[in-house]
Amino acid sequence: MNAKPVLILLALLLASCDPPAPPSTGFAGLGQQAGEFAQVERGHGLQFPADHGAHDGFRIEWWYVTANLTDSDGRSWGAQWTLFRSALRPGGEQQGWESPNVWMGHAALSGPFGHQYSETLARGGIGQAGVAVSPFHAWIDDWTLRSLGGDGLQQLEMHATGKDFNYRLQLRSDRPLVLHGDQGYSEKSGQGQASYYYSQPFYQVSGEIERAGQRFSVTGQAWLDREWSSQPLAAGQSGWDWFSLHLDSGAKLMLFQVRQENAAPYRAGTWIAADGQATPLKPEQITLTPLAWTRLANGRRVPTHWRVALSQPTLTVEIQALLPQAWMGTRFPYWEGPVRISGDSNGRGYLEMTGYAP
Amino acid sequence: MLTIQNLYKSFPTAQGPLPVLRGVDLQLPPATSLALMGESGSGKSTLLHLIAGLEQPDQGSILIDGQPLHSRSETERARWRRENIGLVFQQYNLISSLDTASNLSFQARLANRHDRTWSTYLAERLCLAPLLQRFPEQLSGGQQQRLAIGRALAARPALVLADEPTGSLDETSSEIVLELFLQLVHEAGSSLLMVTHSTHLATRLNRRLQLHLGRLLPGDA
Amino acid sequence: MLRLCLSALLSHWRRHPLQGISILTGLWLATALWTGVQALNDQARADYARANALLAGAAQTQLVARQGERFAQSAYVQLRRAGWPVSPVLEGRLRFAGREPVSVRLLGIEPLSLPADSSVAGQSTQGFDLLHFLTPPGQAWVAPDTLQRLGLKPGDQPTSADGQRLPPLAVQAQLAPGVMIVDIGQAQRLLQAPEQLSRLLLPNDFARTLPALPDNLRTQLQLQPAADNDDLQHLTESFHLNLSALGLLAFLVGLFIVHAAIGLALEQRRGLLRTLRACGVSLRALIGALALELGLFALIAGLAGVLSGYLLASLLLGDVAASLRGLYGAQVAGHLSLSPQWWLAGLGISLLGAALAGLNSLLRSAQLPLLALAQAQAWRQAQALWLRRQSALAIVLLLIAAACWRWGDSLPSAFALLASLLPAAALVLPALLDAALALLSRLCSTPLSQWFIADSRQQLPALALALMALLLALAASVGVGSMTEGFRQTFLGWLDQRLSAELYITPRDTRQGLAMRRWLDEQPGVEAVLPQWRLELRLQGLPVQLQGMLDHDSYRQHWPLLEQQPDAWASLASGKGLMLSEQLARRLKLHLGERLALPTTPPSPALPVVALYADYGNPRGQLLLNDELLRRLWPGATLSSLNVRLPAEHVPALKAQLQSRYRLDSTRLVDQGTLKRWSVEVFERTFAATAALNSLTLSVAGVALFISLLTLGQSRLGQLAPLWALGVTRRQLAWLSLGQTLMLAGLTVLLAMPLGILLAWCLVAVVNVQAFGWRLPLHVFPMQLAHLALLGLFTSLLAAAWPLWQLARRQPADLLRQFADER
Repeated sequence: MNAKPVLILLALLLASCDPPAPPSTGFAGLGQQAGEFAQVERGHGLQFPADHGAHDGFRIEWWYVTANLTDSDGRSWGAQWTLFRSALRPGGEQQGWESPNVWMGHAALSGPFGHQYSETLARGGIGQAGVAVSPFHAWIDDWTLRSLGGDGLQQLEMHATGKDFNYRLQLRSDRPLVLHGDQGYSEKSGQGQASYYYSQPFYQVSGEIERAGQRFSVTGQAWLDREWSSQPLAAGQSGWDWFSLHLDSGAKLMLFQVRQENAAPYRAGTWIAADGQATPLKPEQITLTPLAWTRLANGRRVPTHWRVALSQPTLTVEIQALLPQAWMGTRFPYWEGPVRISGDSNGRGYLEMTGYAP
Repeated sequence: MLTIQNLYKSFPTAQGPLPVLRGVDLQLPPATSLALMGESGSGKSTLLHLIAGLEQPDQGSILIDGQPLHSRSETERARWRRENIGLVFQQYNLISSLDTASNLSFQARLANRHDRTWSTYLAERLCLAPLLQRFPEQLSGGQQQRLAIGRALAARPALVLADEPTGSLDETSSEIVLELFLQLVHEAGSSLLMVTHSTHLATRLNRRLQLHLGRLLPGDA
Repeated sequence: MLRLCLSALLSHWRRHPLQGISILTGLWLATALWTGVQALNDQARADYARANALLAGAAQTQLVARQGERFAQSAYVQLRRAGWPVSPVLEGRLRFAGREPVSVRLLGIEPLSLPADSSVAGQSTQGFDLLHFLTPPGQAWVAPDTLQRLGLKPGDQPTSADGQRLPPLAVQAQLAPGVMIVDIGQAQRLLQAPEQLSRLLLPNDFARTLPALPDNLRTQLQLQPAADNDDLQHLTESFHLNLSALGLLAFLVGLFIVHAAIGLALEQRRGLLRTLRACGVSLRALIGALALELGLFALIAGLAGVLSGYLLASLLLGDVAASLRGLYGAQVAGHLSLSPQWWLAGLGISLLGAALAGLNSLLRSAQLPLLALAQAQAWRQAQALWLRRQSALAIVLLLIAAACWRWGDSLPSAFALLASLLPAAALVLPALLDAALALLSRLCSTPLSQWFIADSRQQLPALALALMALLLALAASVGVGSMTEGFRQTFLGWLDQRLSAELYITPRDTRQGLAMRRWLDEQPGVEAVLPQWRLELRLQGLPVQLQGMLDHDSYRQHWPLLEQQPDAWASLASGKGLMLSEQLARRLKLHLGERLALPTTPPSPALPVVALYADYGNPRGQLLLNDELLRRLWPGATLSSLNVRLPAEHVPALKAQLQSRYRLDSTRLVDQGTLKRWSVEVFERTFAATAALNSLTLSVAGVALFISLLTLGQSRLGQLAPLWALGVTRRQLAWLSLGQTLMLAGLTVLLAMPLGILLAWCLVAVVNVQAFGWRLPLHVFPMQLAHLALLGLFTSLLAAAWPLWQLARRQPADLLRQFADER
């Protein structure tokens, strides 16, 4: 899902103490020109396991896992683990403090006790954060997402700690990776802005979470997103709404819309059948309608109740946030939290929304 | 012999010069006394100050034994005052930091004419003998005035100038003090020029002159 | 009623503008000097606080190296990956060559990992301009003041003395002076400390629940808990106390003026007050009007005073900053930035001063009998009573002073000693002068000389306050002057002995130092190479410098010892004894022969103190031990400098060789002469501000005398007129009056000399010991005393000149009026 916070990172770095970046450069500076960074090209194709690792020539990149969990009492939880990489300048990785890379980790746990999140930052080049390909290991400080066996991402352990919460989850999937868009080339506007984007939406999860000193055994489903780019947003695009949905039928659905100034939102998505077969969705096949808005404690208004309609396959569902207050008050803030699906099909998933001004 | 000829004196004021003396002529032979009378502002005190060399006249001359006083330098006039003049003012103008004995002999010693016997005599005559160690503020008004008289006479000056010497005293005291004063002036062999507005006191002196609007009225007042 | 009353009261000042000016001047000077000194203190303290807030200060819990000053960066990564939210800091001194070499404290920080609640240079860590700070060429943050000292502009990229190019300089107004902040990567490059760190900062909430360090780090790092008190604040406390004391003295001297002028104004308005009361003005309204009038004066003078205080402080700040740098290594900005509270406090002090000075007069007005006594009280009795009272008070104060001297052992008690001794001397002054005059009067036989003395005695009460001010100011000058001059001589003598080597080398690091030492040993002409091994640690909470000493005759001959046991150097050489600097011994309360255990792991046996030595100007305590012992106990000790002994004629050649071989700049390679010159320059500037404040106080005393004489002028006419009438010329009278003033001032000056020497003794034997930890021998400098005495007389002469000039020019009419007017 999410192209998102990344941008954030960038913006964080670019914005300094200036007022928030003007909308024309996109949320968190993602709309800036790519300059000498590597460019995303159609037909380039993806190679594994190499593409599980960092792509230093590109400006931004992320490893993103969301998990919908149930504890032994049947209560629903959501967990998020995200590692962003952002290059402050082109030129590729360098050792030591000279490295242009800045890493940012976000972790969240949402559930019966509310929404908790944590954030950490690290410089590249010194080993405080990074991604190793084989065996796969992504880390920042003591947060890890690492392979428990094999070359790929079939078995992962995901761990993070924040104030008053932590989790350690085991993720397993024997399904192939899902490439979005055109063989992993995912367009973000009608004008060629794009990213490389693949997912593993079929993880079965088990593990332990701890919240306010209480431990819970949980099981559930998880979804991993990998995305990298140098300029994923077009000028005039100010934010997006992103859905990663596990339907009870076993099918998965990824949808997003990038909201644009003076234009209709740019929409796209991928229908993933229960057998793993992925079908890109064209913009005109998707309708996303906010049904209800929540005013957050910080004064922002975000839509936390949506109607999602697809024309092919035909599907109409309503998406409702489990915790409408699931706000990530990180340096670059956004809304991210678990959702419940009802309608033509039931299920659960994650919703991410960025660019909603205070 | 004091001779005053055609003496003029005016003081500057905001409204222009204010004439105080307008042509005064006067003679005072040695060992004689003269009472100078007149209403307030008639110029009596100014005349006295001019004779003492405390002020300079605008015009005219003051001759002491034929020598003009006002052509002399300030130092010489001070010396003239020191050696030849005894001054007695209405307020006694004693030196508050010195005791009675020192005040009494001050001018005489200043003029190098200190005569211990004469001073002792003066102190006794003026009833100051028991008070010699006291300081002026420890004396009564009459005592202070007697001290001022003593001081003026201690050097046996040729001329004693007195400005209402008993003006601060009640009538009885002033009678007694004046009597004593005149006796002592006589014993010292000094001339006396005394300013007073009391006709009664003036009669005790050899001559009386009336000063009116800056001029002496002719004839004995 | 209040308004009518006030306008009647204020009409007095139209007739006596001089008194009004006196009150204003007194309050103005008092406020200016006091607020000026406070401005200096406030600025310095604010700068310490800024420096302390700089992440590296003691206020933050930190992990520091157990051995040496730095540790490997890998410890940081290891701890982060173990979940410790630490942030790395590298600190060092960055030198810049130049005519006068400058060094700054370089702090390398890592902005991304800084605790979220911390701030750097007044910016919260979330508000950084990260992009410019982190991406090449980066930024070097400096305070405007530091930039000015370096002679650079924003955007410049200077080169350090080690040849490293700095990132472009960027001004941060809130940054502490003398500090430069760069990214940690830049700092490692500039300080040539690749992958090295000085400390790891811990967020405060994490520090509270501290887990155990990983095993492999436990031997490398140790936790240094947040300390409440800041060393700098603590060390400089005495300096600021000294400044405050000087300011207070000046304030009091100023208040003397005010008190005298207010008292005189009341005296002259007695009649008016009575008339007002008789006309039905209530006592309350009258006192209210008087208080209001006083408040008005205080407000006007306070405003002027605070402005002048600001000006004064900005003039002195450079010297004070240099003093603090020289004495304590404390960095203080060269320009003032003061809070609104300071301005308000300045006005407040003016009001307080006016209240203090006027309280007595207000009370007397309140008690003024409605019906006047026919005669004012006889002055002679009044004066005798006054002298007795003052003397009694002086004796009480002297007893307090004696008690402070006998039983006090702290800085406040030392100041209490001064604070009771000085007023006691001032109070006893009129009685002493009166006695001296009484004695003199016996020698006088001529009437004028008798009058001269008698009249001087009579003037005494009116001039007493001004003379007291002169006494205090002059005694302070003598005391501080003797102390400074004595310190200078002691210091220079000590420096001559201590700086015995011909060449002093500061290697970049221990490795270079060792290499240089080997090379130097082989050079012809080099007689000895004396390495100085150093380690900084804390003993009983005090920062202490451990210095390893090679056993060498050079030290035995030249290192001045204050006290020693037999064979002290041999004990030191064999590692069986320690030598302590005087100030460290005092702080630790250790005496010769007592034992001190060094904080080693594992614990080592306590060693006896075999000698104490002077270490003037070093804010830290220093401890000498054998160099091999030091390095055995602390392998991380650094080779801080090499002292080279060689014949003087070989110095230039060896210097040149060292310069080219090791690329040493002038800050790292100093010959004896240059080092001495620097030390002396630092010393001189250190006391410049003190000297300036001192002479200002003296001029305030001069003003006090001037105003007293001026106000006295009118009443003097009544005393002088009879003499004039009796045949003393006006010129003579003027000379006599001048003679009186000079005689009184001369006697006061004479009395100020022993008092000043007593003060100097208090300063060197009591205050310095408490404040700095060293005791100096008391020196008396006759030439200096003579100079100050003449200065005091000259000040009096100046103060007397104008009023006497006025007197000499009096028209006869003014004098004659004395014979005619009402008394």
